[in-house]
Amino acid sequence: MLPPVFGVLFDGIAYGMLLFLLSVGLSVTLGLMNFVNLAHCAFAMVGGYVTVLLMNDFGWPFFATLPMAFFIAAAVSVVFERVLYRRLYQASDLDQVLLTIGIAFISVAVAAWFFGTQQQPIQVPAYMRGAFNVLGLDIAAYRLFLVGVGAVITLLLVGTIEFTRFGAQVRAAVDNQRMASGLGINVERTFAVTFALGSGLAGLGGALAIEIVGLDPNFAFTYLIYVLIVVSVGGLGSIVGSLAAAILIGISDIAGKYYVPQLGAFLIYLVMLAILMWRPAGLFGRR
Amino acid sequence: MSAISDTAAGPVKYLKAQTRWRGIETVFWLATLLPFYFLPDYLQLASQIAITALFALSLDLILGYAGIVSLGHAAFFGTAAYGAGLFSKFVWGEPLTGLIVGTAAAALLGYASSFVIARFRHLTLIMITLGLGLLLQEAANSASWLTNGSDGLQGVNIWPLLGHFNWDLYGYTAYSYSLAVLFVVFLGARRLIHSPFGLALRGIRENAVRMPAIGAPSRAHIRTVYTISAAMAGIAGALIAQTTSTVALDSLGFERSADVLVMLVLGGAGRLYGGLVGAIVFLVARDQFSGIAPQYWYFWIGLLLVAVVIFLPNGILGGLSKIVAHWRHR
Repeated sequence: MLPPVFGVLFDGIAYGMLLFLLSVGLSVTLGLMNFVNLAHCAFAMVGGYVTVLLMNDFGWPFFATLPMAFFIAAAVSVVFERVLYRRLYQASDLDQVLLTIGIAFISVAVAAWFFGTQQQPIQVPAYMRGAFNVLGLDIAAYRLFLVGVGAVITLLLVGTIEFTRFGAQVRAAVDNQRMASGLGINVERTFAVTFALGSGLAGLGGALAIEIVGLDPNFAFTYLIYVLIVVSVGGLGSIVGSLAAAILIGISDIAGKYYVPQLGAFLIYLVMLAILMWRPAGLFGRR
Repeated sequence: MSAISDTAAGPVKYLKAQTRWRGIETVFWLATLLPFYFLPDYLQLASQIAITALFALSLDLILGYAGIVSLGHAAFFGTAAYGAGLFSKFVWGEPLTGLIVGTAAAALLGYASSFVIARFRHLTLIMITLGLGLLLQEAANSASWLTNGSDGLQGVNIWPLLGHFNWDLYGYTAYSYSLAVLFVVFLGARRLIHSPFGLALRGIRENAVRMPAIGAPSRAHIRTVYTISAAMAGIAGALIAQTTSTVALDSLGFERSADVLVMLVLGGAGRLYGGLVGAIVFLVARDQFSGIAPQYWYFWIGLLLVAVVIFLPNGILGGLSKIVAHWRHR
């Protein structure tokens, strides 16, 4: 028999995987362009609502909606990137923050207009709702699935970034944008592709998150704070950093709620502030 | 480009020219008295506007002048609101003492956090300010034995102002009090901005690394202005606690920080009157459109933000001064 601390750890890791999916795109695009995109979770919310819409109104199975959540979130983000974001790459932090907060506000209102302010219910397949009993611990099937998805995505991402030509371009652009474009890398196109990929992953995260945390129009702001914490703690532009930070924050949050519920969300803010004091550029950040 | 030729004439002369009162400023401040005669039903709103304008002005000092983007400025507003509220509830209800106590609490917090703020920039800075704000809100929420949590602090009993003026239902006293405090603080801020210290702040905004090279200690300046700004936000927070006799938990919240940022940018950051104009426009609009459900109200705020960033980078005042300059040069 295992003590309950393992259950807390497992739930924390599963939650961390969710946070990782939601935040890894923002981390890479921030590292690449230094663009502070506070509308990132609005794209995640797009993914969530795509899944809700396809399942409830069109009767699609849950798993079939996940790729659509990815692609539609990616497509929507590219439109915004080309039309609005592109103008502000050289602008100040403040302008970027304002533009993207504006977009997040709009997304909240649009979601409330079309879907209402209530939580959106979905039915994941029956075999996903059960739990296994391993050595006296109840392991929820869905959380196990989340950990699996997180692990696969991490491997895919690290593989892409480390071993492909595109990945080498991204790494070069993160390291030194000017030098990279001097070597003939089309940084702006690299960025657009990365941006779409990151928003798509956020959309996937948004779809997967419904079962765990629910979905309502405020998602764009509630999870924005978590995502920003993960990104700044992990360090900009670092996939491994995001993963480590996401799991750390996930475990802190679940453990905090389990052991000291009266503190509420106090613990993760404290963890974030402590880490940023210690390492202003984040755990794996270099700048 | 008149700034450059003025500088050439000598820094003292330049600073003196900047501090001269312009006719339009006198008109603006006289106009703030109009609600007493023409809109007596709206004095409560006018008082809210004066307080929020003061809050926006405090953010302008760090954001518009020193270039510190803060998403957690409500921390100081709320701290002073709770400080002033608790002080008058449990200790002493005299409003001016309460104002000083609340402000001192915010200034102390600002001074302590300024050591952290001065070390960071870019995203980390935004996250630190956001994190401090959220931390305080959680703390106030958890300490419900003291603050009454999300129900808000009730039973704040404020004695008559200066021992004579009762807090009437229409808000005569509230607006007079808020406006007087706003004006006095504004004079202080105006003096500060047009001092050599104010110039150094603008230098930090433009290039924080280069300023120490010309002998201006950036970090010490940032610490000073951050503390001053926190104290000013505290004055606004204490005023809101005293004029409304309650303190809501959301006076510490992220939305209040975001709203004040929107107002400042709407009016024009880095201009003394930007926050004031922004607060007037924002709060009057919200009052007029109060029939709209809050979630749709934010749609228009969002659209406004996008439009301001794309089309009106320096806010309403920036746009106006551009038009005036264009018109003069014809």
